[in-house]
Amino acid sequence: MRQLFLALLSALLPFAAAAQDRPVLTVYTYDSFVSDWGPGPEIEKRFEAVCDCDLQFVGSGDGAALLARIRLEGANTRADIALGLDNNLIAEAAATGLFAPHGLSPKLDLPVAWDDPVFLPYDWGHFAFVYDSTKLADPPDSFAALMAAPESLKIIIEDPRSSTPGLGLVMWIKAIYGDEAGAVWRRLAPHILTVTKGWSEAYGLFLEGEADMVLSYTTSPAYHRIAEGDDTKRAAIFSEGHGMQIEVAALMAGAKHPDLARRFLRFMLSDAFQEVIPTTNWMFPAVTPAAGLPEGFAEPLPAGASILLPPEKVPALRKAALAEWREALSR
Amino acid sequence: MRLLPGWIGLAAVLALTLGPLIPLGLQAGAAPGFGGPEWGALRFTLLQSGLSAGLSCLGGVVLARALSRQRFPGRRLLLSVMGAPFILPAIVAVLALSAVWGRSGILSDVLAALGLGRLDIYGLPGVVLAHVFFNLPLVTRLVLQELAAVPAEHWRLAAHLGLSRGTVFRYIEWPAIRTALPGAFVLVFLLSVTSFAVVLALGGGPGAATLELEIYQALSFDFDPGRAAMLALAQYALCLSLGLVALRLARQAGFGPGLDLALTRLDGAAYRRADALVIGLGGLFLLTPLAMLAARGVEGLIAGLPAATWPAARLSLVVALSSSALGMALALAMAALIAGLRRAAPARARLIEAAGFLALTASPFALGAGIFLALRPVVDPFALAVPVLIAVNAVMALPFSLRILLPALERVEADYGRLAASLGLAGWSRLRYLTLPRLRRPAGFAAGLAAAFSMGDLGVIALFAPPDLATLPLAIHRLMGAYRMQAAMGVALMLVGLCLVIFVVFERLGAADDRA
Amino acid sequence: MIGLEGLVLRRDGFRLTADASLPEGSITALIGPSGAGKSTLLDAFAGFLAPEAGRITIAGRDMAGLAPAERPVSILFQDHNLFPHLDVAQNLGLGIRSDLRLSVKDRRAVEAVLADVGLAGMAARRPAALSGGQRQRVALARALLRRRPVLLLDEPFAGLDPALRKEMLDLVARMARRQAMTVVMVTHLPEDARRIAGLTALISGGRLHPPQPTATAFDKPSPEMAAYLGA
Repeated sequence: MRQLFLALLSALLPFAAAAQDRPVLTVYTYDSFVSDWGPGPEIEKRFEAVCDCDLQFVGSGDGAALLARIRLEGANTRADIALGLDNNLIAEAAATGLFAPHGLSPKLDLPVAWDDPVFLPYDWGHFAFVYDSTKLADPPDSFAALMAAPESLKIIIEDPRSSTPGLGLVMWIKAIYGDEAGAVWRRLAPHILTVTKGWSEAYGLFLEGEADMVLSYTTSPAYHRIAEGDDTKRAAIFSEGHGMQIEVAALMAGAKHPDLARRFLRFMLSDAFQEVIPTTNWMFPAVTPAAGLPEGFAEPLPAGASILLPPEKVPALRKAALAEWREALSR
Repeated sequence: MRLLPGWIGLAAVLALTLGPLIPLGLQAGAAPGFGGPEWGALRFTLLQSGLSAGLSCLGGVVLARALSRQRFPGRRLLLSVMGAPFILPAIVAVLALSAVWGRSGILSDVLAALGLGRLDIYGLPGVVLAHVFFNLPLVTRLVLQELAAVPAEHWRLAAHLGLSRGTVFRYIEWPAIRTALPGAFVLVFLLSVTSFAVVLALGGGPGAATLELEIYQALSFDFDPGRAAMLALAQYALCLSLGLVALRLARQAGFGPGLDLALTRLDGAAYRRADALVIGLGGLFLLTPLAMLAARGVEGLIAGLPAATWPAARLSLVVALSSSALGMALALAMAALIAGLRRAAPARARLIEAAGFLALTASPFALGAGIFLALRPVVDPFALAVPVLIAVNAVMALPFSLRILLPALERVEADYGRLAASLGLAGWSRLRYLTLPRLRRPAGFAAGLAAAFSMGDLGVIALFAPPDLATLPLAIHRLMGAYRMQAAMGVALMLVGLCLVIFVVFERLGAADDRA
Repeated sequence: MIGLEGLVLRRDGFRLTADASLPEGSITALIGPSGAGKSTLLDAFAGFLAPEAGRITIAGRDMAGLAPAERPVSILFQDHNLFPHLDVAQNLGLGIRSDLRLSVKDRRAVEAVLADVGLAGMAARRPAALSGGQRQRVALARALLRRRPVLLLDEPFAGLDPALRKEMLDLVARMARRQAMTVVMVTHLPEDARRIAGLTALISGGRLHPPQPTATAFDKPSPEMAAYLGA
């Protein structure tokens, strides 16, 4: 009884930061970045070894929730850095005026040109449909082939209203097909087994064998290969090209420790940070580390296969693209 | 004086359900509300919720009657295990269900082996199936509790008079069932209305969406807190009006007290076969997906749980036990208030009772964001994450604990209120020597349910969780987000196991001194 | 002394008027047809029903606004006088201290009163393990422990067989004399009234008729009493 009470008490006590002299650098990010299985813990250890500071990651939901949170807090946010927005969120993030230029001119290994003065990429990936090669011998090699496939070929996608990859797919198709996107969705509709709230549900259902393909990343098979020694999962490469997700970090205009924050951004593009990314975040590092990518990691797509809507065009297109998507799939 | 804690409880409930919407509403101008697609989503929501609630109630009554008639070894354990679906995190439940009912689930495999087609449940059937899976145990327990409250003398009399099955149902069982059914219907209906991840995942398309998705969207991609507040308010309005209608329909059976005779129903023998079939089918329906989860979870357990599981389990336990205790105090105080006002001001009593449902339609996202906004100017919300989580979970469990405790409390008042009044039993003595002993069994059930509910709830912590603090459901989400499905299933199995232990312990406590 | 002054009671559309006074230490039988309002009147005495008009006094004290437990009365209902989940000793203990914190002296009093009502040694039983008559004895014992000057009996012995009922009535009379209690008992049997009640009052036609000595009431019945008795 007494022990229970003490346990209760200790849990109820505010999580007061231990009094210390080292400056605290606060980085807001998404939840999976800070989890034990994400890059967060290792990166915290590595940066703290060199910065003489206390690096605190604060995770909340996904990228969209992260931006919402920053907007809720407004100018007097505690964050020094926001890490984890992506190309589809950048324009809206920029419009808040809450972010400051990073002032760096790094050399990035991105398949597309990137010179945004505020948002600095730390990793990137291509969306792709992942399949099990033992079950699907002859996967479609394009959206055209997917549309033409027999109706029994089923895919699971994420809802663009609640999930980043889901929105990525909608913008991917919009970028390829423009005004024809609605018609494409109508032809894809019979193949869509279901639409899930987030990536985890979709991927979990796929692993249960519910559908032939699931919307994920070209890097997903690398996880199964490296962590599980399972070489059966593959990403279907589409001839129309692949939508990109570029994940970025940015300095907050109201940062308490702007110099330390800039130092972190520089660290972010160094090997110490970048070599952690492939096997924790399962994305391509924004700057390939000197040692190269880990053994068995995904091959980058050939040049020219990357499809990226200019971030500033996303807000205007998003609403229309969502409406088309919804209209086509609600039939 | 006796009602004061109830008023305080009511204020706390309103503060934690409606209160958080105020800072949200103050944020930004709400975008105009409903268009064609929203109406479509609303229609689907009402349809699936109505079907889910109807089928859960139907199945619940059939199963509860069978269980009330029969006594067999393992009955109590079955009752406890059956309750597990109720606390499964949505994502785990979806996977467990798909392992049975999915295109590559065991049922499809059997059908395919027989040369029949594979099942395709995605769409309305899948959504309803999932909601019945979640809620059937709840309805069964609520109805069973009322059947168990029928004084043994009535069964004795029925057996003595040789009343026909129809007569027994009409004059003994139905009045008891009717006490619980409208409330149970509303519970399931509203749970289905606010369900989100399950509806999407099994719904097959964007048409299968609920208002909850709109709220989520308004709070993330669209960033329109005003709209989120408005939609949340709309959900509350739906909840309150439905609650009021249902409460009008509910009636106390008014059997009067029995003498706690140790006597069970005598009509079990005549129904043995039919009941065995019903209980068997119900058990299969509820337990097979759990068995699939267990099979996958065991692999995860053997592979070893991640280190982060243990602090998460500890935190989950602390939160669950504290919010259960707080929630029970809250439910008792509110139940006393409602019972106390019942005669003098029936309309007001009903309104307060309906307010007890409010937390059902509370959107965790809107609540989380609102509380965050409200606390931020005053204190670091992270510092209060655990107390806030406990308080919110206590209020979230209120609709269930109130449904369980209120009918029982009103029965106590009706049967022994006058005697207690003439003896001057008041305050603590009344609680200790009358209320609590008479409520022991339902209170044990309610406390267990509240604790389990709060264990399985992801709720507001998604927004609130400080970096080094995770509950078990959050740990499951994080594992899945990092491809570690097997480990996630292991943790899910542990979550279910812990919930069951809590559940069984609380129920045993509730029945420890029970001679009936 | 119990005084009823211009008393008007109303319950569920039914109305009862009463003007009477019952002397201290008396036993009064309230007699009358079912539904005439006998229990309603007792409920008003005990504080479960507030008068629409008029007042009830006990020993000169106005009962208005007093909670049931604050009134100088004990009441025995037809049934449900005991909490089934508490044992006999606990049920009795509630008559002494509602928080059940009993002193050694209190415990002795409980044992003594059990012996008085003929239930020595049954303290640890639960009501379900007692017969109907024994349960009412426990209830009576608790009334004795409470030492309230007025004892109200709402047909507590109606379910008992005749010999047992007589025995219980005698017990009540004996105990009432010992504690100088004023007793009001509801009954529909003249023989009950004749056995222990000095006074009898008829309730019929929505009013309480003035109490009369029991013998007079039955031997020279008023027209209303004659109608009730069917003589």
